[in-house]
Amino acid sequence: MNKPMPRPPLPERSADEKRAFKRELTEVVPHLRAFARGLCGRPDMADDLVQETLLKAWAAQDRFEPGTSMRAWTFVILRNAYLTDMRRNRFRGDYDETVAERVLIAPAGQEEPIHLSDMHRALLTLPPERREALLLVGAGGFSYEEAASICGCAVGTIKSRVGRARAALTVMIEEATFRTARWRIRQRTGRSSRNWTRSPRATAAR
Amino acid sequence: MSDGGSRLLYTRGQQLHFMAGGKKDKKGMSPKSGPKPGDPEWAAGLKRLYDSVVEEPLPDAFTDLLKKLDAAD
Repeated sequence: MNKPMPRPPLPERSADEKRAFKRELTEVVPHLRAFARGLCGRPDMADDLVQETLLKAWAAQDRFEPGTSMRAWTFVILRNAYLTDMRRNRFRGDYDETVAERVLIAPAGQEEPIHLSDMHRALLTLPPERREALLLVGAGGFSYEEAASICGCAVGTIKSRVGRARAALTVMIEEATFRTARWRIRQRTGRSSRNWTRSPRATAAR
Repeated sequence: MSDGGSRLLYTRGQQLHFMAGGKKDKKGMSPKSGPKPGDPEWAAGLKRLYDSVVEEPLPDAFTDLLKKLDAAD
């Protein structure tokens, strides 16, 4: 009597449901591209990852519950594909500590040194699990609870990862603003002072 | 002084990426949550970074792949 119920077979999908699945999958592609780009940085790799995700989602469509969030469901598939690829070292060099030093040192001849590509580079210096958490909550607009369920971890863990990611980016952006100010002064005074552009850590490494 | 740089970020982001927006509002696809009080100033830039990819035209490779999915079924 208390025997566990056997799992019911997956219900057969109607033609309407199949069409709806296809439509929702199509709608979510731009979001998958944005999430993948944020995760792995390189646009070509990100798009490969999205293609892989679409094929996997299509193959698993019977497991999608109509009425639930297609975006969350496909993000889980994309994330798993990404982690598998990471383990196979496909994205080696993706997390690069030295990038933090290069980020936002005002490039010569560029009038406004801070823009979205710098923002992206700063993002890529974060450890992957913090970057992912910040992308889901801060860019994708998922709640902490949704992000936790996508990442398969506790809500508290997500909150802590987002908090640490935010703190790190704030420091990086403030640092960048400071460098920009120095860069402006140098432009104005025509002074070139190499020492000014090096952070203490970079100098110490020499 | 501390916000001079981040303002630049927004200005440029707006020029480049503040378009579209109307069409992806359906069914919670892109929850419009504006910057909350207490968010660091770059938070809007992060959102814009994401949205800038969402708003890119879809490369042909994806349209082709989606077409092929039906055929393979």
